[in-house]
Amino acid sequence: MISILRALWTVFMHLFKRKVTVLYPEERPYIPPRWRGRIILSRDPDGGERCVACYLCAVACPVDCISLQATEDEYGRRYPEFFRINFSRCIFCGYCEEACPTYAIQLTNDFEMSEFNRQNLVYEKADLLISGTGKYPGYNFYKVAGLSIKGKDKGEGEEDLPPVDVKGLMP
Amino acid sequence: MGETLKYLLIIFGVLTVMMSIAAGLIWVERRLLGFWQDRYGPNRVGPMGVLQPLADVIKILAKEDWIPPFADKPVFILAPAIIVITVLLAFAIIPFTPGIAVANLNIGVLYFLAMSSLGVYSVALAGWSSANKYSLIGALRASAQMISYEVFMGLSLMGVVMLAGSFNLYEIVEAQRKLWFIVPQFLGFVVFLIAGVAETHRLPFDLPEAESELVAGFHSEYSGMKFGLFFVGEYLGITLISMLITTFFFGGWLGPFLPPVVWFFIKTFFFIGFFILLRAALPRPRYDQLIRLGWKLMLPLALLNIVATGGIILAAR
Repeated sequence: MISILRALWTVFMHLFKRKVTVLYPEERPYIPPRWRGRIILSRDPDGGERCVACYLCAVACPVDCISLQATEDEYGRRYPEFFRINFSRCIFCGYCEEACPTYAIQLTNDFEMSEFNRQNLVYEKADLLISGTGKYPGYNFYKVAGLSIKGKDKGEGEEDLPPVDVKGLMP
Repeated sequence: MGETLKYLLIIFGVLTVMMSIAAGLIWVERRLLGFWQDRYGPNRVGPMGVLQPLADVIKILAKEDWIPPFADKPVFILAPAIIVITVLLAFAIIPFTPGIAVANLNIGVLYFLAMSSLGVYSVALAGWSSANKYSLIGALRASAQMISYEVFMGLSLMGVVMLAGSFNLYEIVEAQRKLWFIVPQFLGFVVFLIAGVAETHRLPFDLPEAESELVAGFHSEYSGMKFGLFFVGEYLGITLISMLITTFFFGGWLGPFLPPVVWFFIKTFFFIGFFILLRAALPRPRYDQLIRLGWKLMLPLALLNIVATGGIILAAR
């Protein structure tokens, strides 16, 4: 009997307690910088696409929501002909970001992606590609990779040594 | 002519006010439950969410009103109407103020008890016609609960009737001019309150519904506005019981300074709030505990109350 009355009183006093609800659209919760939200494709500092269409993200994706087609431009740089992420399937696990060898695919801290039409959740390359470098400024894959493309031969990269003459006898 | 018009106005007024209160209670209950659980509750539709019932009604009217093929159709359709009709009929005897009441019955208390007993047909028939085991169990529980709690609900009011010397609700209120009956009839008040909670199937006595055991109890098979009617019936029941507690034990419209009708609604809403607080705070007892509480504790208490009140009245004479 006493316990019932005490329960009533305790619950009643909760009227004056601070509410735990965050009134979302007006009041923003803190989003940590490493939040795994909407996926973007970044560019290198020179404005070129970072993605080299290696398919590793599509392979790593546990729900198969990434699809792309590789192609090559006149400089010999690989890039995706199309790059499509179906966000109605995406589980925001971040494996694509971990798999990416060129820092191209990145997860941002934006999560407000509601749509009335399910089809609108399929993002094409135009929707994914941003004009900046995202989380990794200064990184340019083709400048540090040993790959030769038009305008940059082997050994001309930023940290490259001249290529070794494999037929030479000198150590 | 003038007299008839006045009564028609009162009837429509009471009907409108009761239906609006029942609709508004949907919002009030969800808001209060939210506050008591450290949440806000619905606060988006309209200022502070007051238009939430409107949105709910639009939703519930737009839903498919499905009648299961295995159900007993006429009874299935009739059942939700019964509860709303009986509860609305019971409002006829409530004296809101000295001038405003639909009927000034000299057997008001008995009329209320009769109407609230008829309400059980709604639940029992709903469970029976659904041809669903959970609904049936819910209906059986409702019937058993109603039978056990109806007994001492009536008995608990007899102390009030003895003190006032009348079954008429006007005279019961008038008899409280000097002292509200809550003081001499505290035991009767407690018993009536508990019986009232059981009568309206509200938590903690909502065993006929018991979501955690019986899906939704007697209205498992109901959808659309038929389900809505059960809801309206429940909220009307809360309002009715709160108004009766006010009338029987808290002096009805009596009170200083403010107009009588304001006093009446202040007291009523206090008890409506208390009903919601009960729901927020208390867990549901087991079924045998509920029945045992009814027959072994509440009934003797009610009888004791009658004997003591009667004895004191006789001794004072």
